[in-house]
Amino acid sequence: MKWFISPKELRRRGVVGMNQRNAWFIAELNPRRNYPLVDDKLITKKLALDAGIAVPELYGVIETNHDIRNLARIVGKHDDFVIKPAHGSGGNGIMVIVGRMRGHFRKASGQIVDQASMAHHVSNILSGMHSLGGQPDKAMIEYRVHFHPMFEEVSFQGVPDIRTVVYKGYPVMAMVRLPTRDSDGKANLHQGAVGAGIDMGSGRTEHGVWHNQIIDLHPDTGAPISGLEIPGWDRLLALAAGCYELTGLGYLGVDLVLDRDRGPLMLELNARPGLAVQLANSIGLGHRIAMIDAGTEGANTPTAPAAERAAFAQTHFSAEAARRRTP
Amino acid sequence: MLKRFHLPLVILVLCSASLGMFFHKVYNLGFPLLPAQTTDNWIVEARVSFEPTGGAVTARVFIPNDPGRFALLDENFISRGYGLTTDLSGENREAIWTTRQPSGRQSLYYRTTVSQLERERRTEAPYPGPVSLPNLEEPYRSAADAVVQRVRERSADITSFATVLIRDMNNTPDENMTLFVSRTDTDRDKVRTAIQLLAGARIPARMVHGIPLSDRARDLQPQVWLEVHNTRQWIAINPNTGAVGYPSNFLVWWYGDQDPVRLQRARNPHISFAVTQNFQDAVDVAQQRAQLMDSRAVDFSLFGLPIQTQNMYRVLLLVPVGAMLIVLLRNIVGVQTFGTFMPILIALSFRETQLLGGVILFTLIVSLGLAIRFYLERLKLLLVPRLAAVVIVVIMLMLTLSILSHKLGIEHGLSIALFPMVILAMTIERMSLVWEEHGPSDAIRQGIGSLAVAVAGYLLMINPYIDHMFFVFPELLLIVLAVTLLLGRYTGYRLSELLRFRALSGRGNP
Repeated sequence: MKWFISPKELRRRGVVGMNQRNAWFIAELNPRRNYPLVDDKLITKKLALDAGIAVPELYGVIETNHDIRNLARIVGKHDDFVIKPAHGSGGNGIMVIVGRMRGHFRKASGQIVDQASMAHHVSNILSGMHSLGGQPDKAMIEYRVHFHPMFEEVSFQGVPDIRTVVYKGYPVMAMVRLPTRDSDGKANLHQGAVGAGIDMGSGRTEHGVWHNQIIDLHPDTGAPISGLEIPGWDRLLALAAGCYELTGLGYLGVDLVLDRDRGPLMLELNARPGLAVQLANSIGLGHRIAMIDAGTEGANTPTAPAAERAAFAQTHFSAEAARRRTP
Repeated sequence: MLKRFHLPLVILVLCSASLGMFFHKVYNLGFPLLPAQTTDNWIVEARVSFEPTGGAVTARVFIPNDPGRFALLDENFISRGYGLTTDLSGENREAIWTTRQPSGRQSLYYRTTVSQLERERRTEAPYPGPVSLPNLEEPYRSAADAVVQRVRERSADITSFATVLIRDMNNTPDENMTLFVSRTDTDRDKVRTAIQLLAGARIPARMVHGIPLSDRARDLQPQVWLEVHNTRQWIAINPNTGAVGYPSNFLVWWYGDQDPVRLQRARNPHISFAVTQNFQDAVDVAQQRAQLMDSRAVDFSLFGLPIQTQNMYRVLLLVPVGAMLIVLLRNIVGVQTFGTFMPILIALSFRETQLLGGVILFTLIVSLGLAIRFYLERLKLLLVPRLAAVVIVVIMLMLTLSILSHKLGIEHGLSIALFPMVILAMTIERMSLVWEEHGPSDAIRQGIGSLAVAVAGYLLMINPYIDHMFFVFPELLLIVLAVTLLLGRYTGYRLSELLRFRALSGRGNP
């Protein structure tokens, strides 16, 4: 591997750079006023429910310190649940409870917490300790995702999720983000998670990328990353495409999880999705985006319904279609 | 169509306006392109301010009167609504400003251009004759006698007598000397005491006030020196070291133990001096020529402003250049920094601390601050109190470093106070957040990136050529603006992305 790649080759592969993303996609297609829709996870959840998109069930919200006494009532009979800040970023401030033990709670790490320290955590969230800019926040208590057994072998703690970049309502590229020991159970690539590219046609994973290096085996478990078939890929893509209508953001990152019992759930949306997805798929976004632009004839809002857009992505962006194009 | 050509059009207009003005000034008016190489001219400006208490105000201000090693080339008195006369009073010359109905705080300016003479005019001064013995009471009388006796034993002539006396006063005073000297004495107190003790040896002496000329100094206060007469001429003695003779850049302003400003029906006098090295000679000629040609170009020149303001703009005019550098490094190269313009502010303070000292101090403060910040993290504080705590800690760190380095005799340590501490605190806060969220390697990389950008900015800003160009031709800022706008539409790859995506090279065809 050379220690750098020429701009010419990057352009040939259609790789989108940071400047291009900021100037062409985010500044042009993402109206500032719509940002609160994705930055506040409560609003996102409500919009998704209204549109009939499945999300992790919300058990309750705590907005003021006075309401913390309702915590026990909200938690109710649930044995496992997640507490997280509504404006959190980078997976900070999330407390995952996986079970109960004689009136105490057990965290995903195995640590035991009592009700009081759980209340303290909520209080910290309310004071803005985990939110962007430190403004006062709300705490959400919601369903804990039981991820699909197919990911058992390739994740280390945490929940793997599927990041899809949606351009003007069309899914363009996707990757599975697998938590590692490095990433501390979080699914962010810059924190050390593995990203594995997905063939848009079949929903099968390809090789992965970890710390900007291309890898084939999970760094912690040693299991192969490629060749995992994501069940219900068509439905999943349609779901991702449908998230465009929720927000009106033309360049959008959709994070979905695959629940063992409930199927694909929408976890959160991102108005400034990063560019690592290109590394995970070994290809740039540029050529696919050009195809979408050609299809919509430059209009910024799609006319086709979500399912049709997903189908367009499946037929045009699959590995097979790429092989057909380059004989 | 309009949208597509809008930006290029704006850039074209900016560039042509700037270049047009520039070439007009260079070719038609003859403004110098290069900073003056050697110049021994200085512009010194005294700014006097006071508050009238009602009624007609008279302000008497000392001004230089034929200072030995300098020639006064030009003098200006700047005031609004004041009558002015100059007068000799003893060895001094003074400007007398009067006005009938002033209101609010008043400011008067005296500006002079002085030129350093090749050779000091060794003026013979008539010997005023031995001074009469001071009328001292016991125990001072016998103590003074003892001091004079002891100094006389170790000196050969009048000059060495004064030198030995000053050294005795500054070093380890014996019990006789302690009656006259205390640790808290200012230079002025010392000179006063020395004159008294010299009178005990019947040596005529006088107090001298003057200012050291150094380029772009602002808010200078006069320094006090001692002069003794050795029967042929006056000899200058440094009141702290006893060294003989003024440094070459010392401009004598007035003699005697008087305040420089004396007021009638006004109070709170304040005087400060600003100095700038004068490369205006060529510029002056150009301006005069422009006035003859009735050109508008010089109406917007910076040289009409008071020198204090000029010196400030010298620095301010470099900030846009630094900002452009930041744009270049962030959007074209892809260097990651903490905060957008933090490195430029740090670079500005490097101007005072010098490069190496600045880098060391910055690293020291940020790493110490980071350690404290991690401790604060464990206390689980809210954002604003936590930031405030970091600011407090940063200031205490700066204080400690200043005191420590002063004790160790490292003068650069003192200039640490010039670091923008709020910016430092924000840097520490951001660095700790990145440390938490993206790991130490990212945080350290961004820290080094910020420092590297600051160093690059500093190297750009201390370049005398750039300094001169933007000061004499401020219209070049329009080009900086145009380039920045142009960079604002750059959507190509950053250099850092060529590294980031290198894993893609050679992996099949798209």
